[in-house]
Amino acid sequence: MINLETPKKFNAFVQQAHDVANEFLRANSRKYDLAEHSYPKELDLLASLIDGMNESGTGSGAGAAGVRVDEDKKGKSGVKNGSNMSSVLSVIEMCWGDVGLLLSMPRQGLGNSAIASVATDEQLERFKGTWASMAITEPSFGSDSAAIKTTATKDGDHYVLNGEKIFVTAGDRSDSVVVWATLDKELGRAAVKSFVVPKSLPGIRVERLEHKLGIRASDTAVIVLDNCRVPAENLLGSPEIDTAKGFAGAMATFDNTRPLVAGMAVGCARASLDTMRELIEQAGFVIDYDRPAAVQPHVVATFLQMEADWEAALLLTLEAAWMADNRQANSLQASMAKAKAGRSGNQITLKCVELAGSIGYSENEFLEKWARDSKILDIFEGTQQIQQLIIARRLLGLNSSQLK
Amino acid sequence: MAGKDPMAFGLSVLNKVAASETLDKLGLRKFTERAIHQSTKSGFQAAGAMQRTFKKVSGGGQGNRPTSNKPTGVFDLTPTEDQQMMVEVISEFASAVLRPGAEEAEKVDDTPKEVLAQTGEFGLSLINIPEELGGLSQERSSVTGVLVAEALAEGDMGQAVACLAPSAVGTAISLWGTEAQQQTYLADFAGENVPAAALVVNEPQAMFDPFALQTTAKKSDSGYVLNGLKSGAVRASEAELFVIAADVEGRGPSMIIVEANTEGVSVAADPSMGLRAAGLSRIQLTDVQVGEDAILGSVDDYRSMIRLSRLGWAALALGTAKSVLDYVKDYVVTREAFGEPIAYRQAVAFTVADMAIELEGMRLVTLKAASRADRGDDFAREGALARRLSTEYGMKIGTDGVQLLGGHGFVKEHPVERWYRDLRAVGVMEGAVLV
Repeated sequence: MINLETPKKFNAFVQQAHDVANEFLRANSRKYDLAEHSYPKELDLLASLIDGMNESGTGSGAGAAGVRVDEDKKGKSGVKNGSNMSSVLSVIEMCWGDVGLLLSMPRQGLGNSAIASVATDEQLERFKGTWASMAITEPSFGSDSAAIKTTATKDGDHYVLNGEKIFVTAGDRSDSVVVWATLDKELGRAAVKSFVVPKSLPGIRVERLEHKLGIRASDTAVIVLDNCRVPAENLLGSPEIDTAKGFAGAMATFDNTRPLVAGMAVGCARASLDTMRELIEQAGFVIDYDRPAAVQPHVVATFLQMEADWEAALLLTLEAAWMADNRQANSLQASMAKAKAGRSGNQITLKCVELAGSIGYSENEFLEKWARDSKILDIFEGTQQIQQLIIARRLLGLNSSQLK
Repeated sequence: MAGKDPMAFGLSVLNKVAASETLDKLGLRKFTERAIHQSTKSGFQAAGAMQRTFKKVSGGGQGNRPTSNKPTGVFDLTPTEDQQMMVEVISEFASAVLRPGAEEAEKVDDTPKEVLAQTGEFGLSLINIPEELGGLSQERSSVTGVLVAEALAEGDMGQAVACLAPSAVGTAISLWGTEAQQQTYLADFAGENVPAAALVVNEPQAMFDPFALQTTAKKSDSGYVLNGLKSGAVRASEAELFVIAADVEGRGPSMIIVEANTEGVSVAADPSMGLRAAGLSRIQLTDVQVGEDAILGSVDDYRSMIRLSRLGWAALALGTAKSVLDYVKDYVVTREAFGEPIAYRQAVAFTVADMAIELEGMRLVTLKAASRADRGDDFAREGALARRLSTEYGMKIGTDGVQLLGGHGFVKEHPVERWYRDLRAVGVMEGAVLV
């Protein structure tokens, strides 16, 4: 039966996440926006709290690590609301608090999500408790992840990794990095594999940290791999180069992570909308859902428009997560969610600054910060344009040499 | 139909009809009623020419009310089996009858009586009327209404509106009528010969606000006197019954039941940009006398009606927008320019991607609003957002659809220009349909 509300069984958990976001993230938001690169030590306590919740079964993952499809109980109708849904709901609440701090949450990195998505049970057990960041981008490419230059050369029971990775979120603070590298440049996409590289290994180092437009609480690192020997069993997925399957294995991670990033955009934009609603009401305007927008003040009509886009983004995000929980192929919906949430989140947060005027522009309020934070969410884990490419290729039945 | 689930019974009839030869004939037939609206095109004429007599039943008791659905608490995008079955059959009807007949229906500014009769036969107006009142739906559902309107509009929005118009009146009386009003009118809506009827809210004013009506109902000795000019009335020249929005003295905006042959009611065709097959008309009300018992529902019920009707329009936009998307998808991969399909160009392909993204977004918000309505939860916010999205992105899909076909989109060789005109109705129309 069609129902698009937050699942009843997650209501308490969502409220909990919201409280945490308010007390820990929002409360420290400006502090770490101003103090870029300083470690948000408040999060250590929070992370162990969340670990405890997860172990006791009362939590459902505060971040990216919860996207593995488990065989937990299905609902009465056979429809499942599982860990993909709860992770997305949690991320939305956390990013209502602060996107940068969510990205700095120990043991909840995007690398953890990659591990959760594709690791074997043995690997999952072995990498339990690690804080994994994700390293795909290199200086010479961004979206074109088939152009990877970092190499992985088999040497006995190790792979030797060489190359330079940029834009590694939490690359400094994490204790391992999921590195994408090619086994054979000649073989293209199919030869791209991901490796869990513990930072305790010799040959991997953080070169420098970026100074950024937003999400300053989150460190963005340049990582250099210099003859870094990684145990062969740290390769995620199959070591075989299957040219027929191509990139599919490595890209499967994105089906799980894109809804999460969409959720980040949804959470961040809701923060702006909540504040904007207060400002509109303080100014004496009434947001009336029944009267036509054309006869309401412009600020109210604009607010309704933003809220409409936001709601569409939210539901597309939940749809993608719901499909993953119910084992339906969701690449198309994951990209739709990411595209809609990424661009709407950015438009909404920017428009709120405009509507709020100098109050919105000033550091006295968070609106300007959310308008800076939101931009990255339309870029990382696949830019707006990459999502559109993916969607269009699927809809039109075209391949990457036809629709470039 | 003893022993058979009423819904299943309705569907089995529907299935039989959908498979019958009449449909095939209808699809191809040059129907002969080109003059249907000619008579009213020349100006206002007395309405209700073919009026039946509704036998008045009196009494003020509360009418039967459809029950609302029980919440499951699980996020779920799967329609029920009944809903899936119904959508399947209606989609078949839409693609076998409405789509092929759309051009012809446009030319005559009306929907063929045979098409309307068929929707009567398979009980389109029964879906929202509970069994106790002679209807087919055990549990009324706005979600079902959305899915049905969407499926019909995928065939043709104009004819879909004409098919759904009587059902809107039946549903309104079913939801908000007194026992007497239900007894008086609903039997006819549950019968085979469903009366043409229209739920009329619009008025011909810029920035029209359905909560600030110019049409008035002033108290008189025997009831109320109505005066005003209404627009957006579906097939008004054929209608036997209207539910009309008016500002009732001492009460505010309300629904009023007006039989079409009441003195002082006149109608004139109001051919518009699109929705031609819906036979849009204006209604002039001049000192129209109605009884105390003509008022339908409360002021709050009026508000609910506006909300449910907007959801209906959002649902219609979903269907038409889907037609555009599907048509354009086929076109851009086959149309060649500069030696390759135009779909190979990002400017074209990304436009198609955006159409799909926005369509899915507006669909989910519409369904959320409808499912809230089904559970009896407040859906003012979600309904307003669905209306906002379907108005903006429905139209964007329409205009992008024409754009991607270029000059071919502008000519009637392709249906996209009609969809463009139809989609502009969303956000303009109030009332007319209810889910």
